[in-house]
Amino acid sequence: MFRSILDPDVRVLLPDGTSRRLIDYLLPSALMMLAALLLSISIFLPYWSFKMNAPQYPKGLRVDVFVTHLAGDVEETDALNHYLGMPPLNDGGQLERSISALAITSMGLLLVASVFVHNRWAALLSIPVVAYPLVFLADLYLILYRYGHSIDPNSALGGAIEPFTPPLFGEGKIGQFGTLAAAEPGLYLAVLASVVILIGLYFHRAAYRPIVEARRRLAAERAAA
Amino acid sequence: MKRRLSLALVATLLAGCGQQAAPTAAPGTGALPVDAAAVAAERGLTADDVYAAVSTYQPSGRMDDYILFSSGGQAGQVFVIGVPSMRILRTIAVFAPEPWQGYGFGDETTEVLRGGDMPDGTELNWGDTHHPNLSETNGEYDGEFLFINDKANARLAVIDLRDFETKQIIKNPNSLSDHGGSFVTPNTEYVVEGPQYATPIGWEYAPVEEYNDKYRDLITFWKFDRVAGRVDEGQSFQIELPPYWQDLCDAGKAVSDGWMFCNSINTELATGGVEDGNPPFEAGTTQNDTDYLHVINWKKAAELVAAGKAEDINGIQVLPLDVAASEGVLYFVPEPKSPHGSDVTPNGAYIVVGGKLDPHVTIYSFEKIQTAIASGGLETDPYGVPVIPLDAAKEAQVELGLGPLHTVYDDQGYAYTTLFLDSAVARWTLGGEYADKHPEEPWTLVQKLPVQYNVGHLTAAEGDTMSPDGKYLVAMSKWSIDRFNNVGPLKPQNFQLIDIGNTGEHMRVLYDLPIGIGEPHYAQIIKADKLKALEVYPEVGWNPDTWSVDPNAVLDAKDARVERNGNNVEIWMTVIRSHFTPERIEINQGDHVIWHLTNLERTPDATHGFALGGYNINLSLEPGEARTVEFDATQPGTFIYYCTEFCSALHLEMLGYFLVKP
Repeated sequence: MFRSILDPDVRVLLPDGTSRRLIDYLLPSALMMLAALLLSISIFLPYWSFKMNAPQYPKGLRVDVFVTHLAGDVEETDALNHYLGMPPLNDGGQLERSISALAITSMGLLLVASVFVHNRWAALLSIPVVAYPLVFLADLYLILYRYGHSIDPNSALGGAIEPFTPPLFGEGKIGQFGTLAAAEPGLYLAVLASVVILIGLYFHRAAYRPIVEARRRLAAERAAA
Repeated sequence: MKRRLSLALVATLLAGCGQQAAPTAAPGTGALPVDAAAVAAERGLTADDVYAAVSTYQPSGRMDDYILFSSGGQAGQVFVIGVPSMRILRTIAVFAPEPWQGYGFGDETTEVLRGGDMPDGTELNWGDTHHPNLSETNGEYDGEFLFINDKANARLAVIDLRDFETKQIIKNPNSLSDHGGSFVTPNTEYVVEGPQYATPIGWEYAPVEEYNDKYRDLITFWKFDRVAGRVDEGQSFQIELPPYWQDLCDAGKAVSDGWMFCNSINTELATGGVEDGNPPFEAGTTQNDTDYLHVINWKKAAELVAAGKAEDINGIQVLPLDVAASEGVLYFVPEPKSPHGSDVTPNGAYIVVGGKLDPHVTIYSFEKIQTAIASGGLETDPYGVPVIPLDAAKEAQVELGLGPLHTVYDDQGYAYTTLFLDSAVARWTLGGEYADKHPEEPWTLVQKLPVQYNVGHLTAAEGDTMSPDGKYLVAMSKWSIDRFNNVGPLKPQNFQLIDIGNTGEHMRVLYDLPIGIGEPHYAQIIKADKLKALEVYPEVGWNPDTWSVDPNAVLDAKDARVERNGNNVEIWMTVIRSHFTPERIEINQGDHVIWHLTNLERTPDATHGFALGGYNINLSLEPGEARTVEFDATQPGTFIYYCTEFCSALHLEMLGYFLVKP
């Protein structure tokens, strides 16, 4: 079956008369599509989580951040945070959550489009996805920063709390709570999509550069003739 | 086997203080830590004591395998107890106001409680709870509902085991005394409230001299609507019985499904009057050598009621005694001296009846009863009820000891009967299809285990189902005398956990649990994993009575408000750690107050109380729960409402001012 899919006996004839294996051209397209697929799946998985452990919460508290919504012990976390004067969790990232599904779908479509662009501009179309995990983290940091710097001084403990930024990753301590912030499968998939794109671009370049160069040579030869 | 290993395990370490010291520890069992052995020696614990301790001790956080639901006696409650640890997990308020659960202090729970008042409005604020019974599906506990009766006032209560709260109390419209409740039929089609002391129907006045003609007992079949989770009074019926003081009942199962069996104690028709030179009740009711086991075809009775053979009395269909007697609904079988208990074996084939003044238990065969009924030609008692001769229905009699009362069963073909006068639990063997399950001869006494003291009921793990589990039995003793620290003249009762896991003469007491809250009667033990209780109510704003979100629930503190409409003041309040919204309410003296409260919490155990000092109001608002309390602001002044369930570090700060302008 794989033989027929990869068609190893089929070769692509380049403008200058040389030929390359078909698979050289299938591979970058497949990788771009794979990246689009990984990105699509990530919409349904949590990107980041925040866990809190305290004696009176034997199962701990956990909030999962999806690109579209928050899940887990959001109400209880809010109930506790109100003592510190922190805003409700759902106040942060409202714009991002409202456009995330559309934005990610659009980025995926750009990746699909890049399959049909057989020159260096394909890289341009994939830049948003490659950069996406970093943009997500930067945005999350901003949300966390705002969150820790919006303390209501009139809350029970608000007057005693210095503004702070909850850590993006790793352990922390708030009152009796030990906290742990960590990346989750959605973010891993997004990062993986970026890596797959970079590999895809490498093979894309390997496949299409000879075509571009062949055309150039032909054009130069024609001009010389 | 487990017992032997454990015994050996501790025996070597308790050299000198063990009663049953085995020579060596069994290999590969490890050893009791030296410090633990030292504690056991210092406290003078025997090997048996250590065995009992390790059989029942639950480390923190470990759940019990079984849950026992016990009657709370005069407390009018139900006690929930873990087995084998015998830790009291909670009480369930039923027939009496109970402040911790906020039961009967102003909100809808008060309406449940008031639902059981006397027809003329006389408030009943206690109950003599006797026999809790779990709902059954195909003769097995299903863990959905619990029923319990109030002997003092002839009432029945329905408890929903999703939230362990009482949902309904019904006052029997025609009876004032019940005892044989609240036994269920195998699919909980009916919850049966058996009677006790006879009165005229509807407890109307009639001279005691007219006892034989006017006084009656009534057995009530309350139709249970499982979907609604309530008894449907309109579909329920009663059967008129002679005033024989029926006592305890049990529903047939499997072969005997469709039948009900109740013992009785006053076929003498004694009416007391010791002050006039008559024999006192205690003597008058014990003159006959036998009373009557009542054999009731309830499916037939239901058909007759449906066919219009019953008459409506005070809103419930009553099948007259003559119809029941002539239409094959009611039969009697003699049962020896001062009978007590009526307990159907798990396979439904036998009915076991004790006799308070007879050393035997009498075992009746359902098959023989049916044969006798089919052969006809039965003589009748003075009320026209056919009487099956004892010998025609008897399968066996087993001599157990003095004062046999109640019988339960295990999975090894043994029956267990309490002996009140002997203060013992008797283990004896069943015959028939059970004969191969145990090593002993059928219908013989195996062991009598002393218990302390004057044991009444007993209960075994799933012991009233069609497939008992064995393992554990709890003997419920009326007197504890010297078993516990002296707490004054009113002594606690004694629940004793008994290990019945081994065959033969190896029953032993594992644990004594004092019950100093009421004098329980019966109890049932269900496998813990059959219970599916909620951690928190399903949604915020949940009304536990309608089992839906309450239309007056406030789901967001932003919607909390006070509205006035003439002299009616309606308050919509949210409750969450650690504040009420609103925190100041100002009204006028004489206003009628309707106060809706919603606990917004979603976290297990984040319960808030709501007390309004001076107005006799206290609610328990469990996570998600919505309640409404209604009252007239008769007292002017400055009042305080506050959270009565310690909820958070700032619990003391959770309060509000309720200002009533004169």
